[in-house]
Amino acid sequence: MSAINSNIPEGDLTTKWTKYKSSVPLVNPSNKRSLEVIVVGSGLAGASAAATLAEMGYKVKCFCFQDSPRRAHSIAAQGGINAAKNYQNDGDSTYRLFYDTIKGGDYRAREANVHRLAEVSANIIDQCVAQGVPLAREYGGLLDNRSFGGTQVQRTFYAAGQTGQQLLLGAYSALERQIGMGKVEMFTRHEMLEVVKIDGKARGIIARNLLTGELERHFGHAVVLGTGGYGNVFYLSTNAMGSNVTAAWKANKQGAFFANPCYTQIHPTCIPVSGDHQSKLTLMSESLRNDGRIWVPKKKDDTRKASDIPEGERDYYLERRYPAFGNLVPRDVASRAAKERCDAGYGVGASKLAVYLDFKANTERYGRIEASKAGIHNPDKETCMRLGTAVVKEKYGNLFDMYAQITGENPYETPMRIYPAVHYTMGGLWVDYNLMTSVPGLYCTGEANFSDHGANRLGASALMQGLADGYFVLPYTIGAYLSKEISVKAIPTDHPAFVEAEARAKGILDHFINIKGTKSVDHFHKKLGLIMWEKCGMARNAEGLKSAIAEIQQLKKDFWADVRVPGSADEYNPELEKAGRVADFIELGELMCIDALNRNESCGGHFREEYQTEEGEALRDDENYAYVAAWENKGDGTFELHKEELKFENIKIAQRSYK
Amino acid sequence: MSTGNMNLTLKVWRQKNSKDSGKMVDYKVSEISPDMSFLEMFDVLNEDLITKGDDPIVFDHDCREGICGMCSMFINGRPHGPKDAVTTCQLHMRSFKDGDTIVVEPWRAKAFPVIKDLTVDRSAFDRVIAAGGFISVNTGNAQDANALPIPKAQADAAFEAAACIGCGACVATCKNASAMLFVSAKISQLALLPQGQPERYKRVQNMVAQMDAEGFGNCTNTGACEAECPKGISLENIARMNRDFVTAKFVSEEEG
Amino acid sequence: MGSIANAFSSSIGKKLIMGLTGLFLISFLVVHCFLNAFVFFDKTGALFNEGAHFMATNWIIRAMEVVLMAGLLLHIVQGLRLTFQNQAARPVKYAYNDGNANSKWYSRSMGLLGTLLLMFLIVHLSDFWIVSRFTGIEHFNGSTPADLNGHEDMFAVMKAKFSEPWRVGLYVLAMISLAYHLLHGFASAFQTMGWNHKKYTPIIKATGVWFSIIISLLFAAMPVAIYFGWGL
Repeated sequence: MSAINSNIPEGDLTTKWTKYKSSVPLVNPSNKRSLEVIVVGSGLAGASAAATLAEMGYKVKCFCFQDSPRRAHSIAAQGGINAAKNYQNDGDSTYRLFYDTIKGGDYRAREANVHRLAEVSANIIDQCVAQGVPLAREYGGLLDNRSFGGTQVQRTFYAAGQTGQQLLLGAYSALERQIGMGKVEMFTRHEMLEVVKIDGKARGIIARNLLTGELERHFGHAVVLGTGGYGNVFYLSTNAMGSNVTAAWKANKQGAFFANPCYTQIHPTCIPVSGDHQSKLTLMSESLRNDGRIWVPKKKDDTRKASDIPEGERDYYLERRYPAFGNLVPRDVASRAAKERCDAGYGVGASKLAVYLDFKANTERYGRIEASKAGIHNPDKETCMRLGTAVVKEKYGNLFDMYAQITGENPYETPMRIYPAVHYTMGGLWVDYNLMTSVPGLYCTGEANFSDHGANRLGASALMQGLADGYFVLPYTIGAYLSKEISVKAIPTDHPAFVEAEARAKGILDHFINIKGTKSVDHFHKKLGLIMWEKCGMARNAEGLKSAIAEIQQLKKDFWADVRVPGSADEYNPELEKAGRVADFIELGELMCIDALNRNESCGGHFREEYQTEEGEALRDDENYAYVAAWENKGDGTFELHKEELKFENIKIAQRSYK
Repeated sequence: MSTGNMNLTLKVWRQKNSKDSGKMVDYKVSEISPDMSFLEMFDVLNEDLITKGDDPIVFDHDCREGICGMCSMFINGRPHGPKDAVTTCQLHMRSFKDGDTIVVEPWRAKAFPVIKDLTVDRSAFDRVIAAGGFISVNTGNAQDANALPIPKAQADAAFEAAACIGCGACVATCKNASAMLFVSAKISQLALLPQGQPERYKRVQNMVAQMDAEGFGNCTNTGACEAECPKGISLENIARMNRDFVTAKFVSEEEG
Repeated sequence: MGSIANAFSSSIGKKLIMGLTGLFLISFLVVHCFLNAFVFFDKTGALFNEGAHFMATNWIIRAMEVVLMAGLLLHIVQGLRLTFQNQAARPVKYAYNDGNANSKWYSRSMGLLGTLLLMFLIVHLSDFWIVSRFTGIEHFNGSTPADLNGHEDMFAVMKAKFSEPWRVGLYVLAMISLAYHLLHGFASAFQTMGWNHKKYTPIIKATGVWFSIIISLLFAAMPVAIYFGWGL
């Protein structure tokens, strides 16, 4: 229990970060040149950190498993990025962003971290615009904003439905610039398989060259993991096929605590599952909830087409239940509400596991505005719809096209069918205020850490956090650690710790090849996903979690006895890569259930059926569970819980209400 | 709601590694649902191959929602297959008919050597970006984001150029394996923005030089790249690059 | 200067040379076509011979002739180099490539169309230019050395040549190749030089189409008309 110290600087919340930055020890430029930092992952958090560290003068090695750093899954984020710029003059401020994030996270995040995030949010927008990121603009040439769930101001910056892509390409270009100058050495198609620890400190990694199968040893004075989230533990999620927990999990095995693994974000607006063949789910940006109204029929098992159901027989359940926020309630609330309606028998579509997202009312409203701009008074409905469709197309065209492509339906004519899907994981490696894990010298940034979103992340905050960590937080905080490492010479990679770590990695790979079982990796992954979705998904209960733990333990045994990995370990072998990732997912899945079982309350993305209000809202237990659950891997399949108490000194903790 | 009833013949390029000469191999797949994506159909085939003890077909893919640019199959003579404006992962089997024969090959270009089966090495693109596809602004150097207004039309044009996902379909389909659409998209994006002006002419020279060094072919304006680009990147970008290149070489005093 | 020298060795530089020489050759086509038109305005051929005489003796034209030949040569050599380089950029071909799905066959066949035109040019130049410039038409079988004005009677040479059906056929085929070559080449040259504009490009494209068709028709009209004796 003593190992956990969040190292939050003393002092007033609003000046902590400024004071910290002014007093943090520095490394002089000549020393920076001989300090090496390994960055694993090239998404927003990884690429921005690698580029910035190199700009500062450190020697950086960056790793990604994709064929190019530009492909990291940050690229798929659609909606936007929050920043407390108050460009819309609607009363936004650093404090309000801080407050919204803490409240949105259901009071399970660290105040100091979140405030820092809100403080640097404005710098991120400045930095990205300077890099040439083409964020959306108004006719006056200034930046445009829209609103996202859980807030009442417009602070979300965006680039059509491709904000993540544009921000990532900005970070990628900064990274490529450093690569071109020889300051970052980039290792693509490399996967980290082990953290190397020497004298208790992280001193490097073992990475597998995925093309040749060769295991490589890399030294670093410090190691940064920006390796993303673990949503793929559910098999079906909106994550990329390659997104995985392996780097974080290996770190956990080396002593880095894993915090709040049960906090999973189920995104309310995804395209529903269409069949067993499905390999992944596709998100429809939360920005759609700006203009789409969510409803189900008032009648149970209504089989009529959406257009045949008259207005009076539609249940706009979010507007009904949450009049203040309506369709823009936070994600966890919207997801649970959809599940509640579908479970009660009001779902639509063939599977009955979907609700409608309807743009008709707002299309007509936009059409009326356009008509009046064009001088048409009293336009008929058809004119309104025609003009309005053009506006909707301009705003969401690419998303509508994507929906049509996947479902074969035209969303301009019939409402979209949507259903919640796993999207983001708030949990991750435990880090202190410096973003350092419980292993000295091992840092964790972006979605891979647990730090800023509490039990539920607000829309457009993931991009903000990834870039905040990588551009503006880690480059400062890592200096505090590295300033004490200047006398450490690069450790040769024939050091026994490297040899041992490599042998561990090799042992596992060879083992997979030698099992020669009968079932593919995907077979086990799908089974794990089903257990997790049904028993540790949108709603959990003690009984289900207990049985899930037993099932996962059995699945683990089956996997290690019967998985079939074709080919060999010394060639390009994607099945072997998958096997390693699924093996780690299975262990993580068990920990998620353990964590969910331990947390006898409902909060944010963790909803325990036993703990809810009479109206079906999440019921927190602040007295007993206002803590971060950080799990230490004991190595024998057991985990020890360490608690970091959360202190709320600046916000009055209250039941979250969006009514 | 699970399996469907399409039966298909696939002719797929198999190549063990970069040194192997490779060949087309025929496969049959059955019970394919029209709702499957093209890659999910490959998942079914691979699952079958693994069960039979064969090597599964290796292909690049990641996000499976058309944005990461990793998937790269040349399907029935066209990059990303028969549908316009989609990537392979967004192509669904309803675009094919029961009984069809589908030919699947990797991108083919000297600058994109085959790694294994349908996977190619596109790191040439990264090196072109590293040669100049950026604005040299260190973290922390930026002024307020609204300090420089940018006309909406110009910002939108920059965004359209920036929508490139770097998949390489342009190179794959170009009869000359030219990368000019890709390269010009990045050059255009930055040339259209005020922030990109200081390095504008240096950038175009360096990126074009790197593009040439990678062994891509020369553009002959057939327009195939634009027609096949899943993100609709326009040929206007190539013209803009040509224009900037001429200015850089003959007007500007800056050497690349 | 270094940058100017290496400009032309770059991919864009090579394209520029193709485009510029191409546009220059197009300008020559206009002059050539204009001279050909003389045939239709004077049935005796005197006007045509007068034009030919001017072209053969004016020193500016003679100087331009050298430039023209250099331009043609550059267009050919650069075209061949580009074609070989472009082929080398894809060492392994596709088993199946559906080019028609995304581009026009003639845009993809500029090398082939150019080669056909080169073969035609060899015949065409030895038919007239060599005769006029080097061997002299007095050696030309069955023609009179000079017309009534004392000019070389190129008109007579032409009439004799275009009495042979295979030659007329060859010329017509060559003009079809020219039409397709220009159909791509005209607009392409503008794109290469960076002249792509939302307002003007459609005009350039339309002009290119009309130019290609009209100029090729006009060229083809001459041997056909002479062969059939239309209007002459």
